[in-house]
Amino acid sequence: MDNIITVKNLTKRFGAFAAVDAISFEVARGEIFGFLGANGAGKTTAMRMLCGLSYPTSGSGTVAGFDVMTQGEQIKRHIGYMSQRFSLYEDLTVSENMELFGGIYGMSRNDIRQRSAELLQQIEFSNHADDLVGSLPLGWRQKLAFMVANMHRPEIVFLDEPTGGVDPITRRQFWNLIRNFSANGTTIFVTTHYMDEAGFCDRVSIMVEGKIKALDSPQNLMQQYGAQNMNEVFVMLCR
Amino acid sequence: MQMKKLSGTVPIAERRKPKMSSFVKKEFLHILRDKRTMLVVLVIPLMLIMLFGFTVTTDVTNVDVAVCAPVRSHAVSKSVDRIVSSRYFRFVGYVDGNDIDRTLRTGKATAVVVFHRDYARNGLYQLVMDGADVNTASTSQTYLNATLSNANTESFYETSPPFEMHMLFNPQMKSSFNFIPGIMGMIFLLICAMMTSISIVREKETGTMEVLLVSPVKPFYIIVSKMVPYLLLSFIDLIIILVLAYFVLDVPMAGGVVGIVLFSVLYLVLSLALGMMVSNVVDSQIAALLISAMVMMMPVLFFSGLLFPVENLPWALRWISYVVPARWYIDAMRKMMIVGVGLSGVLLEAGVLLFETVVLLVASTKKFNDRLE
Repeated sequence: MDNIITVKNLTKRFGAFAAVDAISFEVARGEIFGFLGANGAGKTTAMRMLCGLSYPTSGSGTVAGFDVMTQGEQIKRHIGYMSQRFSLYEDLTVSENMELFGGIYGMSRNDIRQRSAELLQQIEFSNHADDLVGSLPLGWRQKLAFMVANMHRPEIVFLDEPTGGVDPITRRQFWNLIRNFSANGTTIFVTTHYMDEAGFCDRVSIMVEGKIKALDSPQNLMQQYGAQNMNEVFVMLCR
Repeated sequence: MQMKKLSGTVPIAERRKPKMSSFVKKEFLHILRDKRTMLVVLVIPLMLIMLFGFTVTTDVTNVDVAVCAPVRSHAVSKSVDRIVSSRYFRFVGYVDGNDIDRTLRTGKATAVVVFHRDYARNGLYQLVMDGADVNTASTSQTYLNATLSNANTESFYETSPPFEMHMLFNPQMKSSFNFIPGIMGMIFLLICAMMTSISIVREKETGTMEVLLVSPVKPFYIIVSKMVPYLLLSFIDLIIILVLAYFVLDVPMAGGVVGIVLFSVLYLVLSLALGMMVSNVVDSQIAALLISAMVMMMPVLFFSGLLFPVENLPWALRWISYVVPARWYIDAMRKMMIVGVGLSGVLLEAGVLLFETVVLLVASTKKFNDRLE
């Protein structure tokens, strides 16, 4: 299988404390991979290493074909990232935000215009291109943030708690969007707190105290633990 | 929601370098859309210059002076004439010896000149002043002495040789000359250091910094592109201030404008580096504001010679003042604007500022990179 992320014994220590303790897993190209765990389980630290933001203490891994130890800068060019906190500029318009991030990833002016139009059309938002982002409701901003993360056509997009504070309907729309991108070949690496959302993922891993305790498709996990839903699985593992 | 087929989510093989220009453009948009920032940057410097230039002044004029003269000799009336004709004083009349205290208490006069019975021969007089406002009292005392001793020299003294006093560089002793360099030292620190640090910290607060750090933009470029618009804005301020100072407040700019501008640019860069340092240390806008106010504004007010002469400070504070960049900048500006020396006359000041700039830039770049880990 074509793996876009391969990680072996990836470890990050802060002094004597191992925030991420020798985790190993693979993510297949085009997959929606749910990265679950309680607060402080080490999700964010692990994700930062995968995004080239922080160097692993030991272990090895590749993201989009680049080494997490030595090629952080290359990785950054090939991934998209959507932060847990809302991360577009509220005092810029929708298209200005898109233009900025397109420019950051070195896209040409023409390419930026084309891609922006295409993405906005996707979420039927074309006639709001000149609205200030700050004037939009939260649900729309989150969808836009996802679109902006996809501006430069990354092979893999990292989403850190993308649906925090969003209403159920918008959350459903957001996941439809994610699935649509995934169907077109973009790999999605997503962390979430909502266990019902774990059901949308092809596979999920559950992290507890720096280690990956379980990794499989949601159906298999529920079967394995004899649980009705992902929530029960999660509680059993984290207890 | 309806989904349409996407085109081209397939990865591109070649990825180009980030464009700095789109980044700088974004910073300009931030500033242009934020009315408060524009106000702080463009209106406040103007207000400060006008305020300090015209209203806040340590010059003393129109001091109410009464005269007590037991014998109104020719010499006395000649001296009184001088007081009357001076623009610094307003002669309010003669008072009786017993009334001096009451005159001062009621505020009828703030100074009383008491001439000796034999003033015509010995030139002796006494000044009784309202000392409630120490600054005004001591200044008007000096003025009065100068006025009266001039009167003496013309006619009768035989005791002391005549001497004349010349105030070089600022013969009218205008205090606006003194304040302009000080205000410049303060404003540039305000805009470059405070505004830059706040704008960097704002991105940390809103979470956008995280996204920028995940992008291929080098952290150092993020900082540099933030500095560009503020550098430009403060340069505009520099021009506004110089024009106002020269045409409205008559500050001589004797040392040449080119030198003044060059030296100021050095100070601007230093302030930007300071702002970068602050933004490295703090995580919230309010903290950036407080640090800027406490660590940067207070020293400018107290240790830079803006309000109080540095030479009068206790030695410990005087040593602190040697570290405060504004002190060197203000010193140099006074020399260049008023005394009239060129760049070659302020090499020490330039050297100190250059050294501090390099230290700050190296330290804050290092600190910035450390924080990423």
